[in-house]
Amino acid sequence: MAMSLTAESPTAGPAVPGERPWARFALRRLGRLLVSLWVLVTASFAMIHLIPGDPVRGALGPTAPVELVEARRHALGLDDPLATQYLHYLKGLFTGDLGTSISSQLPVSDVVAQRLPATLSLAVLAFLGAVLVAIPLGVVMGVLTRRGHGRRTELAFTTTSVFVATVPDFLIGVALIYVFGIRLGWFPVAGDETASAYVLPVFSLAIGPAAILARIVRVEMVGVLEADFVRTARAKRLPARTVYLGHALPNAVTAALTLGGLLLGAMVAGTVLVENVFAWPGLGSTIVQSILTKDYPVVQAIVLVYGVGVLVTNLVVDVALAVLDPRSKIRED
Amino acid sequence: MQGRWSRVVRTPLGLTATVFVVALLALACLGPVLWGADADVVDTDNILAAPSGEHWAGTDNLGRDILLRVLVACRLSMLLALMAIVLAVVVGLLLGAAPFVLGRRTGRLVTAAVNIAVAFPGILLALFFAVVFGAGATGAVMAIGLAGAPAFARLTQTLVAGIAARDYIAAARMAGVGRVRILFRHVLPNIAEPLVVNATIGAGNALLSFAGLSFLGLGVQSPSYDWGRLLYDGIAAIYVNAAAALTPGAAVLVAGLAFNLFGESVAKGLGVSVGVGLRTVATTRAVVAAEPEAAAHDDEDVPEPSSDVVLDVRDLEVTFPGPAGPVRLVRGVSFEVRRGEAVGIVGESGSGKSMTALAITRLVADHGRVDATRLDLLGTDLLAPDTAVRRRMLGTSLAMVFQDPMTSFNPTRRIGAQLAEVATHHQGMTRREATARAVDRLTAVRIPDAATRVRQYPHEFSGGMRQRAMIGMGLMGKPSLIVADEPTTALDVTVQQQVLDLLTAIREADDVALVLISHDVTVVGEVCDRVMVMYAGRVVEDLPAADLATAARHPYTRALVEAVPDMATDLTRPLATIPGRPVSPADAPVGCAYADRCPLADARCRAEDPPLVADSGRHRVACWHAGEPLPPVRMTDDLVETVESL
Repeated sequence: MAMSLTAESPTAGPAVPGERPWARFALRRLGRLLVSLWVLVTASFAMIHLIPGDPVRGALGPTAPVELVEARRHALGLDDPLATQYLHYLKGLFTGDLGTSISSQLPVSDVVAQRLPATLSLAVLAFLGAVLVAIPLGVVMGVLTRRGHGRRTELAFTTTSVFVATVPDFLIGVALIYVFGIRLGWFPVAGDETASAYVLPVFSLAIGPAAILARIVRVEMVGVLEADFVRTARAKRLPARTVYLGHALPNAVTAALTLGGLLLGAMVAGTVLVENVFAWPGLGSTIVQSILTKDYPVVQAIVLVYGVGVLVTNLVVDVALAVLDPRSKIRED
Repeated sequence: MQGRWSRVVRTPLGLTATVFVVALLALACLGPVLWGADADVVDTDNILAAPSGEHWAGTDNLGRDILLRVLVACRLSMLLALMAIVLAVVVGLLLGAAPFVLGRRTGRLVTAAVNIAVAFPGILLALFFAVVFGAGATGAVMAIGLAGAPAFARLTQTLVAGIAARDYIAAARMAGVGRVRILFRHVLPNIAEPLVVNATIGAGNALLSFAGLSFLGLGVQSPSYDWGRLLYDGIAAIYVNAAAALTPGAAVLVAGLAFNLFGESVAKGLGVSVGVGLRTVATTRAVVAAEPEAAAHDDEDVPEPSSDVVLDVRDLEVTFPGPAGPVRLVRGVSFEVRRGEAVGIVGESGSGKSMTALAITRLVADHGRVDATRLDLLGTDLLAPDTAVRRRMLGTSLAMVFQDPMTSFNPTRRIGAQLAEVATHHQGMTRREATARAVDRLTAVRIPDAATRVRQYPHEFSGGMRQRAMIGMGLMGKPSLIVADEPTTALDVTVQQQVLDLLTAIREADDVALVLISHDVTVVGEVCDRVMVMYAGRVVEDLPAADLATAARHPYTRALVEAVPDMATDLTRPLATIPGRPVSPADAPVGCAYADRCPLADARCRAEDPPLVADSGRHRVACWHAGEPLPPVRMTDDLVETVESL
């Protein structure tokens, strides 16, 4: 908030925001997305070529007949010149053709379409759960531990949240399976057939990010509650609720959102491990299976899907920040 | 250096983490030697046994002892994690230092690539590299190492950029020393410490990630085993022997946490310590409840309040917890403000004038303590507990203007909304009515085109406009008192006068009382009817503003007035200053706080604090030598050396 004092005469007034900063922001952000997308696509294309040795030979094993290997190489287009393969790959992406699975012979786009919803619902539910828990928790903690208050509460909360945030999601998953699946038998520990099957995977995925997010919200709240404008709100004799939620929270939530976006991106990818703990029929268990069976077209496609997911999330967060915070960086950088 | 590192083990957490890390390293060295053979003993009669006296964590699907295997696996798990983190640091260092060595253009390309890579979560990068290098221990080391590299590259870039800007690097360059040589001789030694600290934290994360990859079946392959692999095998048998999954899981967790905490402790130990100041404040909190010294100045002469008194303050005390016990920032201030009257409070910073303003508006931060024998606004006791009725009364009849209009508006909300909420909360208006009122009030404080302006955010207002909008916000109700705390200090000189004129106009139009806090005697003398001079938390003189130049009786007031340059000031001589420093409220003396700087001070002044006594009419002064002529040595040059910014 270290803005310099602009000494303008009151009649002239500062510039009214026009369309241009927004247009420039959108353009720059779009450019960055396109570059990142291009890098992602190229990396997923290059992946198969970076594998030392012959990937098809590797996939089929040393005992496979040479004709089969050659036929498979041809089917995958691996005997074309590299540039041709690249163009072919790009064309395929634009037409929704992601190739054919080596192991199941199904179109890869079908495999992705079939598995994506389970992963997406897991990630979105976990993200919503984390945000819905973390923001109120962080706000309450921030108010309780504001300057000159609750030193012990602060220590207990900080220690707990650091610990919880350090435990990796798949270990939380294992512990939850043991306690709630095996000992108590409250929830199913595998599959996604029933609503109750969502409970444990969503929890495993959400707890760590929720702890991180709640910490950030608390720190931001404590800082914001010291701000001059909060004193102004108190000077207006607004009820405490309005001061905290109406004035402090919107200023504390910006940093939380930035981090939340990163967490959502991480959650999309974090589903990989959790899905494998809970035998969740999503992209995560598929990609691991495909890596082990060297089903490269499927692996390529899923890496691409995860990558796009992360990039789109980052974009949404950036735009949301620009909309929510009127002073956001659209003008500056 | 030694001392800084030893600080790491001095905190309980740091010590615990260090003990754990040392124990883990010992286990890694000794585990396979002691139990390596026993851990591979197959016992087909005892498959998937539950924990027992013989096998504390039970056995696996070949009847091997789980606990022994977990202990033995420590070496491989830690070794692989360390290899991965070394790879991450080396590759990160190469990428991060590349812009420095390669020059601007190529460097920018590397930076851009790193920025893109950092945007992707580590696990995704690890999966990518796991595909390229294949499932297995080597592949997993490469995967986790390379996946961690972008973060270290980013860190290195930042660190290198910080060092590269230093003068000695520039000097070395001028002297023609090669970039690579500079990098190794000057840059790397300077960034080694933060890199090592981050690598330690990274080692914990690498350990956890490695367990993740092995757990997915992409890491260590049978018959080798690390903790992740044991977990992978264990979870398949979790229904038969839960300990088979929980024991390696616990091992991973303990080791990961130990390295993380060790790294954090090292970081904290080497960095600047931050916790000290905070703690002392918290521990003295309990002491604050000590009885207020309300009776200290009960011999003061306060005029009896008359019916048109807006604000009545008696023996106001504000106490804050400090490192060495409670500090009295305001020490027994009494005054009253009548309808339409403008009272100025002047003093140096630390004189308690702003704290007085916050206390009379009940805005003192809530770890501070406010006491008074009387604190009435319009006949309402402000010391009584807060109620909805009182909030409404204060919200509409007391207006506050703060020093910094830049930070006093909420940056995320529109100006109109911030004004309107006063009316919706306290006056029962609808949002539409409240907004109309906001436009009207902004117009009243001379903001052009108010209908457009209400929809703008604070950052779209200039400083002077913001301050006028702040005044306008106070006018949303029907204020009887405006408390303005340094309302022009943060403003450009050209707009200061406009704000002061506005306050005066409002006061005259609606008979509003004004308490104006300022360090500037001139401002207060110009706007106010009466001036109270504060020093070290007390009022030392209270006099009509018109008498400032001619009839001030306290030596401090006279020095303040003297220090103001006017048209007759001889500019060839240094400007007058008050020698010495203001007394900190924490160590206010027994006697008169001004005695150390006062030319009239004698033994009595140092022994006994003079009470504030009314001498003629409404003129009050707290001085044993009030009105005595000052010795004529004040203006000599030798006193100028201690320049006090007033």
